[in-house]
Amino acid sequence: MNTLIYTACLGLFGLLAEIFNLRKYLIPILVLGLAVIFSLNLQTWNNPQTHFNGMLSDSNFSTAFSGLALFIMLIILILSGDFYTSTDDEKHISDYMAILMFTLCGALMMFSFSNMAMLFLGIETLSISLYVMAGSRRFEVKSNEAGFKYFLMGSFASAFLLFGIALVFGVTGTFSIDGIGNYMRMHADKLDPLFIVGMLLMIFAMLFKVSAAPFHFWAPDVYEGAPSLITALMSTLVKIAAFAAFYRLLSTCFVFALGKAEIVLTVSCAATLLVGNLVALVQDNFKRLLAYSGISHAGYMLLAIISLQGRTDSALFLYSVGYAVASLAAFAIAITVFKATGTESISGFNGLAKKNPLLAASLTMAMLSLAGIPPFAGFFGKYFIFSEAFRNGWQNMVFVAIISSIIGVFYYMKVIVAMYSKPANEFEIKPTFAYQMVIAVCLIISIVLGLYPGVFTKLL
Amino acid sequence: MENSIQSVPQNWYLLLSTFMFCIGVMGVLLRRNAIIILMCIELMLNAVNLLLVSYSSYAGNAEGQVFVFFIMVVAAAEVAVGLALLVSIYRNVASTDIDILNRMKW
Repeated sequence: MNTLIYTACLGLFGLLAEIFNLRKYLIPILVLGLAVIFSLNLQTWNNPQTHFNGMLSDSNFSTAFSGLALFIMLIILILSGDFYTSTDDEKHISDYMAILMFTLCGALMMFSFSNMAMLFLGIETLSISLYVMAGSRRFEVKSNEAGFKYFLMGSFASAFLLFGIALVFGVTGTFSIDGIGNYMRMHADKLDPLFIVGMLLMIFAMLFKVSAAPFHFWAPDVYEGAPSLITALMSTLVKIAAFAAFYRLLSTCFVFALGKAEIVLTVSCAATLLVGNLVALVQDNFKRLLAYSGISHAGYMLLAIISLQGRTDSALFLYSVGYAVASLAAFAIAITVFKATGTESISGFNGLAKKNPLLAASLTMAMLSLAGIPPFAGFFGKYFIFSEAFRNGWQNMVFVAIISSIIGVFYYMKVIVAMYSKPANEFEIKPTFAYQMVIAVCLIISIVLGLYPGVFTKLL
Repeated sequence: MENSIQSVPQNWYLLLSTFMFCIGVMGVLLRRNAIIILMCIELMLNAVNLLLVSYSSYAGNAEGQVFVFFIMVVAAAEVAVGLALLVSIYRNVASTDIDILNRMKW
């Protein structure tokens, strides 16, 4: 809970920095602040507590995911220094930073909610901040379009979530997730139909938020139109936050009722895996490619959600870490290339290996980790999720997932082939120091986790 | 106060708010004007509010009515952001028709 309050304070500080003319020092101060919060967050490890009359509760689950969220935001802040360089951006830098902090607040609420009100507020805090950030390039129609589409889809899904919450409240008479869990346990054999309808509505809304098929149509458009840095944030932090909240919601409130939703979840999982990987094959825009790759990763994470009776939270966490570091490294490289070449298509990467072999090798490692090839963290993330799902009796789903991850290798290879075997373009591509550091740190984490995955396997 | 809410059977509230919610959903899916879509989303949220108030009145549990305030606050914030985005779109393309927002495909 302290993590949440301090992060909100940093957000307020960001707003005040505008008044006191601290814009130049804002990013270093926020980075320092987040690093301090990151270490404070570790104190809640093995120290479960509830706060505000059972509104929020710290647990190892929330501590681990909060740590990951803080780390992602730290990386995004470091990247933002060299990303927001135009004069218009510099004028608004404190607004951007404050909104990013509030986004983080929303994510932290989603990790530790123990009341439906906090789930709703967390999702909305996260989403509303992101609507603004996605549309933050005011004079670009594409960014406007991304922001507005995200807004329409997001608030539409939130209304479904609310209707589901209202129906569940009507049946159980409480918003507390423990109360709802108790009701579910006592009435497991004959659940009220309204309870099941409410649960299904909430599941649909969460599938919307994690951009699972068939509710994924907004994701590629929004990812393409939003500023690249915000795309990086959406495809890592937002996706992970939505999945953690989804896991927490289902595992506390609806475990015994999941049989009724099994068909929805499995169909959506299989569709997400296939659609994400197949449509990614024909993409030319790198951001869109990563968007579809993000959709397919949502499919793998849904596999962990489906088999949650066997406590797959550790596997989900390991997967999230591997996915986040690989994506962040890929986006850091992509932003560098976009800036130098002025295009977001894959052809911008042509011949990168001749001009900057180290950068090309880094992007290759990030792509291989996303594709799930050892020795990177992405491989073990996938491996643990698949083996947990297999152990819980989802052999068919694991089969679909393996087929689709083989398809996935092809489009990751497309980028690698462009870098190594296409003729080079004339642009000089060299990342700044901050970007080099970020790329190095992310890839080192990915390799270390790939070599010693045991650290996280039985963590939670 | 309690009585005036409870003078209508509870299922009717459920039916009414489901009906309102469906009107909102159809509006979002079928209408092309962005402002009408915003109003339809508000309609969906208000259907939820009505349902929560009726449930909480029947159960004698004020929690539901407190939740309604949360929803109202969030809806206000959401509309503020949505209208701001709409204004910036209107400045660029001089229209509020969402078919224009279809530059990106596949």
